[in-house]
Amino acid sequence: MTPDFVSSSLAIVAPELILAIGAMALLLIGLFMGERSAPTVSGLAAALLVGAGLVLVTVTPDGVAFGGSIILDPFARFMKVLVLIGSAVVIVMSVGFAERERFDRFEFPVLIVLSTIGMMVMISAGDLIALYLGLELQSLAVYVVAAINRDSVRSTEAGLKYFVLGALSSGMLLYGASLIYGFTGQIQFDAIASLAAEGRSLGLIIGLVFVLAGLAFKISAVPFHMWTPDVYEGAPTPVTAFFAGAPKVAAMALLTRFTVEGFGPLTPDWQQVIVFISIASMAFGSFAAIGQRNIKRLMAYSSIGHMGYALVGLAAANVSGVRGVLIYMAIYMTMTLGTFAVILSMRRRDGVVEEIDDLAGLSRTNPVMALFLTILMLSLAGLPPLAGFFAKYFVFVAAVQAQLYGLAVIGVLASAVGLYYYLRLVKVMWFDEPAESFVPMAMEMRVVLGAAALFIFPVYLFVGPSIAAAAEAAARSFF
Amino acid sequence: MEVGLGHYLTVGAILFVTGVFGIFLNRKNIITILMSVELILLAVNLNFVAFSAFLNDLAGQVFALFVLTVAAAEAAIGLAILVVFYRNRGSIAVDDVNTMKG
Repeated sequence: MTPDFVSSSLAIVAPELILAIGAMALLLIGLFMGERSAPTVSGLAAALLVGAGLVLVTVTPDGVAFGGSIILDPFARFMKVLVLIGSAVVIVMSVGFAERERFDRFEFPVLIVLSTIGMMVMISAGDLIALYLGLELQSLAVYVVAAINRDSVRSTEAGLKYFVLGALSSGMLLYGASLIYGFTGQIQFDAIASLAAEGRSLGLIIGLVFVLAGLAFKISAVPFHMWTPDVYEGAPTPVTAFFAGAPKVAAMALLTRFTVEGFGPLTPDWQQVIVFISIASMAFGSFAAIGQRNIKRLMAYSSIGHMGYALVGLAAANVSGVRGVLIYMAIYMTMTLGTFAVILSMRRRDGVVEEIDDLAGLSRTNPVMALFLTILMLSLAGLPPLAGFFAKYFVFVAAVQAQLYGLAVIGVLASAVGLYYYLRLVKVMWFDEPAESFVPMAMEMRVVLGAAALFIFPVYLFVGPSIAAAAEAAARSFF
Repeated sequence: MEVGLGHYLTVGAILFVTGVFGIFLNRKNIITILMSVELILLAVNLNFVAFSAFLNDLAGQVFALFVLTVAAAEAAIGLAILVVFYRNRGSIAVDDVNTMKG
């Protein structure tokens, strides 16, 4: 433990440290300011996340900290930037909504910041302990956030369901981690990989499957998706917007690092598992969404399906596959945040509504909102030339390169089914008799929706190549 | 007969399975679920410590200490969520956690 070792490690985790110290300071600020502190704390929290992001992209060096527990490479940097953007945007969107719905507690932004620290540790995890601690820091904060509206039965029920199933999945993940440790004697991913290359044992495979099950729960992949629709519907909408974005990105990053870096030599073994949950998620996400009337539930099934598509890239297990995952998560998060800006704005004079039929005739009552939402929906469905098409294109091409033809074909078929329910929403907006109009959108929602929709089309056509190049460089971290 | 690694692992596996079944088969009370979660984490700790002693490697014991700490935090959060749920619903029966379908 030389001073040199400590300071070089601390330099690598500087963004996490800034967030951790900042979160404690925010807690104190919130306590001292009392009742009316929520908007101030939210603003400071968003500024903190942006600040940490700037430190991350400008001064933090690449490297390995604390003897290999924390890894900062281009892959981690790409994913961390996504997570920070997702969290900051959600905090910005939550302020006005929380004030009107009277759950404006300053704990909300603080918990989001704490959960973001957990996600950044997950993304950088280089051994099983960091993996577990990051995951739990993220999850524990998120369980509380789901139940943040503590006077509502639905919100507390969502928190309870999420907690019980989340605790079960953490338990399975840990049991797998203990088997991996027992059968290799190592906890670091690269050491596990070099031992796995010498020969595999049954215990190691069982451990791997348990950990995959735990991680599949966190990205809500079938068959570990049961919690998703209920938690999405029950939690307050800004919380749902948060769940749909950043935690999924972080869990997908962790899954990618764990499988590709820790179990690279055992690729044929975990590839089967990933292919199975990918197909199941794509199919289930497409078919189960068809009958939904609640738009938050619809987004839950949509996110299950999208995780399936992202897993197609991971199943390919090559550079272009990981690049596909990175691009997919970036575009998925943009589309989700934009859509939730609309869902958060679905309010009439007598309160918020969240049924799909409430969007009827939106093209006549609010044409701009309808146009932007249409762009987002068509992009979620994967129609060219919108960004969602390119996201799917990259993962399917990677699957074909890896000779997973069946997987690619099923993916294309599932997105054709998915097109149906996205188009139904578009049809409701453009061709149904207008329902009562919504109250005008808040400024921050307009900015988020406009930025997301314009990014999807046409900005992505111009910046797409540079994003793909960044993702390519990030994917090279593993190969 | 000497107690070896296999015995510890068997006990760990039995505890783990008991915990998982406790979560799925129990239809009465959410407190039972919280206890089952603790059982799972204890099974994991037993595994870690047994492997650690068997391998002569400290990492497993360090891991077990971290798991203990997190388990305490998890229990605290679980109970807190349970309390707010009880205030709203007036019941902690598993069958009453059903406001939303699914």
